[in-house]
Amino acid sequence: MPKDSGIGASSKRREDVRFLTGAGNYTDDINIHGQAYVHFLRSDVAHGRITSLDTAAAAAMPGVVRIFTGADFEGVGGLPCGWQITDRHGAPMQEPAHPVLAQGKVRHVGDPIAAVIAETAEQARDAAEAIGVDIEELPAVVDMKAALAEGSVKVHDDLSSNLCYDWGFVEENREAVDKAIADAAHVTTLELVNNRLVANPMEPRVAVGDYSRATDESTLYTTSQNPHVIRLLMGAFVLGIPEHKLRVVAPDVGGGFGTKIFHYAEEAFCTFAARALNRPVKWTASRSEAFISDAHGRDHVTKIELALDADNNFTAVRTETYANMGAYLSTFAPSVPTWLHGTLMAGNYRTPLIYVNVKAVFTNTVPVDAYRGAGRPEATYQLERVIDKAARELGVDPIALRRQNFISEFPYATPVAVEYDTGDYVATMDKLEEIADLSGFAARRAESEARGMLRGLGVNCYIEACGIAPSNLVGQLGARAGLYDAATVRVNATGSISVMVGAHSHGQGHETSFPQVVAEMLGIDESMIDIVHGDSSKIPFGMGTYGSRSIAVCGSAMVRATEKIVNKAKKIAAHLLEAAEADIELKDGQFSVAGTDKSVAWGDVTLAAYVPHNYPLEDIEPGLEETAFYDPANFTYPSGAYCCEVEVDPETGKVTIERFSAADDFGNIINPMIVSGQVHGGIAQGVGQALLEQAVYDADGQLLSASYMDYAMPRADDVPFYTVDHSCATPCTHNPLGVKGCGEAGAIGSPPSVVNAVIDALHSGGMTHVSHIDMPVSPSRVWSAMQG
Amino acid sequence: MRIEVEVNGRRVGGDVEGRTLLSGFLRDTLRLTGTHVGCDTSQCGACVVHVDGVAVKSCTMLAAEADGCSISTIEGQASEDGTLNAIQQAFQDHHGLQCGFCTPGMVMSAAALLKENPKPTEAEVRHYLEGNLCRCTGYHNIVKAIMAASGQDVGAIAAE
Repeated sequence: MPKDSGIGASSKRREDVRFLTGAGNYTDDINIHGQAYVHFLRSDVAHGRITSLDTAAAAAMPGVVRIFTGADFEGVGGLPCGWQITDRHGAPMQEPAHPVLAQGKVRHVGDPIAAVIAETAEQARDAAEAIGVDIEELPAVVDMKAALAEGSVKVHDDLSSNLCYDWGFVEENREAVDKAIADAAHVTTLELVNNRLVANPMEPRVAVGDYSRATDESTLYTTSQNPHVIRLLMGAFVLGIPEHKLRVVAPDVGGGFGTKIFHYAEEAFCTFAARALNRPVKWTASRSEAFISDAHGRDHVTKIELALDADNNFTAVRTETYANMGAYLSTFAPSVPTWLHGTLMAGNYRTPLIYVNVKAVFTNTVPVDAYRGAGRPEATYQLERVIDKAARELGVDPIALRRQNFISEFPYATPVAVEYDTGDYVATMDKLEEIADLSGFAARRAESEARGMLRGLGVNCYIEACGIAPSNLVGQLGARAGLYDAATVRVNATGSISVMVGAHSHGQGHETSFPQVVAEMLGIDESMIDIVHGDSSKIPFGMGTYGSRSIAVCGSAMVRATEKIVNKAKKIAAHLLEAAEADIELKDGQFSVAGTDKSVAWGDVTLAAYVPHNYPLEDIEPGLEETAFYDPANFTYPSGAYCCEVEVDPETGKVTIERFSAADDFGNIINPMIVSGQVHGGIAQGVGQALLEQAVYDADGQLLSASYMDYAMPRADDVPFYTVDHSCATPCTHNPLGVKGCGEAGAIGSPPSVVNAVIDALHSGGMTHVSHIDMPVSPSRVWSAMQG
Repeated sequence: MRIEVEVNGRRVGGDVEGRTLLSGFLRDTLRLTGTHVGCDTSQCGACVVHVDGVAVKSCTMLAAEADGCSISTIEGQASEDGTLNAIQQAFQDHHGLQCGFCTPGMVMSAAALLKENPKPTEAEVRHYLEGNLCRCTGYHNIVKAIMAASGQDVGAIAAE
């Protein structure tokens, strides 16, 4: 019987009412009296030197308040990078300056050159067109391998080359891995591209800067997943504003998917300009602007080799990856192809020796950073594609080959530095075979073939590291921040509760699921509890939402704070009941003395805390409010098995997703409805990557797919109903809720099964020469592959 | 120029430039910010409203063209007392929204669909939504919600 409240209940989302009635409060819905509007003049060339910049005519245009250029930002800090990678040779990565507005050079199409502030958005746009800018165009560096070639044009003149870092992991294993591969009975090699994507949350980015000269306080309203991170980065590193004079508010945010983690130039600009003008300023990105200024995702080119012994046991994995950083280092960019990628290369398998080499490269393209999954989809895709290819080469069943090599004992220390606490890969694969109805596939294939279509089935597993992250560990790995989170539980006098959390909800439904946890712990109704998030002046210093960390890290902080509340409330109850504290039990919102019928209600205890007339004031303080910071002991390791069935039209190469099934192990689950929704959305993004999406640059560094006319977003008729299951649950062993996180799984787990299915379909049609097709597996690519 | 329109049953007027889009008029002049703008190529559908009963992407229409028209937006869908209409309620019941940004356009498109096709098939719903992008839900629960709002038993059609 499903629960109707508390942990495990599919409580309907309370935030839906405002979103369904047009009453949401997104950043662009915020208008401050007297605000002026910002329009950025952006580079339309990928690489060039600004030889002249004449703003006089533009400044005289109607409504123009002021025009800022790079000259106004001399002496102002640049945008900081939050993670430093140390390369194979012990040297720090090359880290270029990242100015708020271009300083002499532009390095990608979209690089901001100047900003016009005017009374209306239209006047600002009109005036920007009147700015005279001459750019001496330089050759653009777009291809990563060309960027590393001797004599290549450099994106940054002051760096020694376009190589950000050359990272090896685990460097000490390198020789042993080389030897294992040389000695292997079989080696499968695959070269592949993990296509560059644009995250495309439906809400474009917006920033509204406000300033009070009277109090010297700045406020930034911004479309962010992590307001405290923005306050820290912008205040301390860019503008030099102390935290107590800087408030960052991320109100309702229309999707993030990673690209709203980062600190962007527009946020710093609006905060800076509001102070300079003593006036609110507002910037709203158009979608066209978003394509050339939001950090992109993925963009890896990889060669992977999988070595097997004569019994088909995996003996080694070796990879070489080129990872595009774009023109500047976005906030967490260096961590994505390294620690969020290399550490996952064991996957679900007992592979004793692994070596990962990553060369991160600067190019004249938009910066690349974390996008849903961030490094883990890239790891999963390589591994699960090469395993499928190996199975074909060896003539064995791809599921059997996976099962044979599964890790089956936990905890399991991988050769790539992480320790999986729990998992049951056999159980998720068994569940997948059931929900995907693998036994019915032959009949479905026959039915497709009768209609002249090819049908293929692809399976893959995935493992991810979520709940980022133990601060002491990531500190050793180069993170320049702690990655704990925080929650304050404020119990009001009448027993209602406000929980202030560092996590930010931009679609994840925290306002519904977080109260379920507190309600379960206290035995009170969920409706008595509200979540407060997104405002640095209201919430404790938490690090926000990304890496599927909200419930695992911030939720754990909330549990710890609630435990403190319970402990204190029991002391108060013991006093009111004239009993020993150890004898007090809390159940269904009642504190009772064990073994007696004496009890006192939750609301009586909370009232006593705030009206302490009969209260142990000599032992405890009045009031009932507690804060906890939680720093995880380990990552969490969600895992699962996914299955995709496709039809391929042999005439056109068009691929249709016929069935998609996902069996996930997320540990314990707070709200199954929300978890399923997260998986659905992740699958659609993964299917989008596999079949449709690609950010395409031409050789001059022009982004060809820079609108929804050219960048193929998944639409409702590109996907089927999905079958998802999360009943295989091995609870996380090191956080109080036993949760693992579910936000990224779908996007990590789905691309390989789609491509595996397409290859399977082509083989079923006799086209056994096709061993790989790069994503997006578009009709033209499939058709070309079919022709041999 | 000055235009007069009826929005959600109320007569309102405002001054607009020739280039002002209906979406801009609703959001900036009338402060009806439930209508969202997610792109600039009329692809995403977050700005769908009804003009004289027809679903329109309000970023595709000049405010001046709407002069004299009757406009219905997301703010006018629930009852006066706040009760959600059948489509809105189905979206909540079936978790047909996550971040909420595409939701106003989805609800307005769904209303237009059910008006012309009261019992659409799954394929018809998916086809009709070709002009509405959602990045969060993978469409699963949106399709389910719209079919449920049409009175069909979605438990039999789609899994959780």
